[in-house]
Amino acid sequence: MHKATFERRPERVALFVTCMVDMLYPNVGIAACELLEKNGIQVSFPEEQTCCGQPAFNAGYRNEARKLARRFISIFGPLVDSGEIDAIVAPSGSCATMTSHFYEVIFQESNEPDLTIQAQRLAAVTFELTEFLVDVLGLVSTGAQLQGKAAYHPCCHLYRELGVDEQPRKLLAGVEGLELVELPHADDCCGFGGLFAIKNSGISAAMGRAKARYAQQSGADAVVLCDVSCMTHINGILSREGVDCRAQHIAEILNDQCGSNLRPPTDPTPTPADHPRRWGDVA
Amino acid sequence: MQVDIHAPYKDRIRQALGDPNLRVAVSKATDRMDNARNASMDEIEGERLRSQLRQMKQNVLRNWPDYLQELETNLRQNGCVVHWAEGIEDAQAIVKDIALQNSAKLVVKAKSMATEEIHLNHAMEEAGLRVVETDLGEYIIQLADEPPSHIVAPVIHKRMEEIAEVFQEKLDMPVTRDPTKMTSLARARLRKEFFAADIGISGCNFAIAETGTICIVTNEGNGRMVSSMPRVYVAVMGIEKLVPTVEDAFLQLQALCRSATGQQFTVYCSMTSGPRRKGDVDGPEQVHVVLLDNGRTRMFARGYGEALMCIRCGACLNACPVYQEIGGHAYGSTYNGPIGAVITPALAPEITQFKELPHATSLCGACREACPVKIDLPRLLLDLRSDLVQQGASPTTEALGIKSYSALMSSRRMYESLGKLASIGSNVYAGMSGGNIKFMPPPLNGWTAYRDFAPFARKSFRDWWKERSKKRQRA
Repeated sequence: MHKATFERRPERVALFVTCMVDMLYPNVGIAACELLEKNGIQVSFPEEQTCCGQPAFNAGYRNEARKLARRFISIFGPLVDSGEIDAIVAPSGSCATMTSHFYEVIFQESNEPDLTIQAQRLAAVTFELTEFLVDVLGLVSTGAQLQGKAAYHPCCHLYRELGVDEQPRKLLAGVEGLELVELPHADDCCGFGGLFAIKNSGISAAMGRAKARYAQQSGADAVVLCDVSCMTHINGILSREGVDCRAQHIAEILNDQCGSNLRPPTDPTPTPADHPRRWGDVA
Repeated sequence: MQVDIHAPYKDRIRQALGDPNLRVAVSKATDRMDNARNASMDEIEGERLRSQLRQMKQNVLRNWPDYLQELETNLRQNGCVVHWAEGIEDAQAIVKDIALQNSAKLVVKAKSMATEEIHLNHAMEEAGLRVVETDLGEYIIQLADEPPSHIVAPVIHKRMEEIAEVFQEKLDMPVTRDPTKMTSLARARLRKEFFAADIGISGCNFAIAETGTICIVTNEGNGRMVSSMPRVYVAVMGIEKLVPTVEDAFLQLQALCRSATGQQFTVYCSMTSGPRRKGDVDGPEQVHVVLLDNGRTRMFARGYGEALMCIRCGACLNACPVYQEIGGHAYGSTYNGPIGAVITPALAPEITQFKELPHATSLCGACREACPVKIDLPRLLLDLRSDLVQQGASPTTEALGIKSYSALMSSRRMYESLGKLASIGSNVYAGMSGGNIKFMPPPLNGWTAYRDFAPFARKSFRDWWKERSKKRQRA
């Protein structure tokens, strides 16, 4: 897959917010939106967008995945073709992988050359959030300030499919006051894996518990990552196992949405102000 | 608790996850091998080696029939007897026949996955022969009456204490946990078997087409003993395990040794190009090569040819976080780990016979990163899942669930309504259980069995967006 090189600095971006961020973690979407806007990007949000179809693809239901892929392409394709937007940005490595890697695969398989080419064209301008901020906008810091210890967990799709790793680490290193600690076995999968978490929940949870042990060993207040799906899994395990640590999406940290300290000094359980999950808490 | 490889899938997984010793043994050993591989590949231009090997293996696959014919011709020219076996029964019958014709009683074997695949030991024992595994790991699990649980390290699932118990029980070993003493004991026993054996059987790491040479690598030298001491030597090889030239052989050897154990080279590499010739001081009088298909051409035709480039180094097992948790026996198949999850169904008469395996993975991609041939295992697993769905092998509830989900997601209106409903429902429910959701009904109970679930947001991102847009319009 070839990434577009921009002759001039891109100005207009469509946010592919992903269905999970939309419904479960709006703050991550807000953070992504504001981070882009702060850096002079005009953000649009095509409201027709729903889910990219990854759950269906991952489970082997390619006809269903193609249905949603066609829909996605029909929403974002014209915006790119008409020059209305320069790029598509998603606060998720996994969903960006689906649209920029696997759409091509499923349309090649169904022998639909037009859609294959459209998928390739969209792929060239689709970026994961930190990838866009660093590679395209040339950011080294978002100017965020935060006290506490954080460990970075590279999510599998982001790390191994998109090859994005330095970018989020660089931005985290640019957060003033934040101490970065090493997560043992950082690049081991957390065990989420989509349908795997339900179908093989025992194995998935065992992998999650291993991740929780390493998080505890690292001494971090938060495990920072770029995907809310893995975040949901790790937090679900941490909460169930009673481990005093949490997973946090990078956008909220980079956009100063985590209060002043990752670990509140008095109360170890995050208060709403320190741990804003919902839009109401932020606004 | 031991994993019963004949138990149903769910039971095997439960047994494996319920055994904390298994995880300790497996993760310690795989971590060590994985680190050794990484370090060893970093010593050289590992990436270049992988690319070269992939190109070589692609060439083999593209010209597969030609190289196979070349190999057969050269093996025959060297004085080997070549047998073609289509399936398990054919292969068993061929080897049994060789034993019968030579009035053999004792078989010594070098470690071989191909013979595991055709259940050769069992067949030979039924025919009245005594079979002795001579690789130390294989010897231990033969004594323990278990199949190997790792392609390269068959006894990886056992801790030293467990191995000591096996030796005490089966070999009357005095109580010790000293691995050196245990190895010496095994060595002394095996020595006698080598001298008495009528037939030596091995697999084949690869065969060189241009010279008609069978290559096996070992660290214990048992491969050389098996292939040179008995009167008759039989090598069973999968028909994909060939390299065109001697130069290619050394390319593959480098990648194999470094990827399997992190060694620059194994202690032994035994090459056999035919039986003992006039004037040779040792070597077998007969060399038989069994070329085994057993689903390989079927796998190719099904579109899983990429997995035929596998050199059986086990690197993907060592890198796999699922394998670390459950070990090899839980897969319930000869080949396990990521490569096993692909080739077990792909080689089988029907892929649906092993429909659980392509789902026994989080598709994290660590296997592809470790593979010296860069086989895209996650992609092959995804393809298998798709094939399984097309063959109607997925549960009805799952199919129904995915279909209704994709229908709902196809309409913005339905998506938004579903979001509102989920938000209200999950928040009321979470409020009752004090913040996080601790229990969900089937099929989602798989989630809450081990993890909490935070409720949906009260206001979605799109609600925020709409409100903000309105505010801006007013301003």
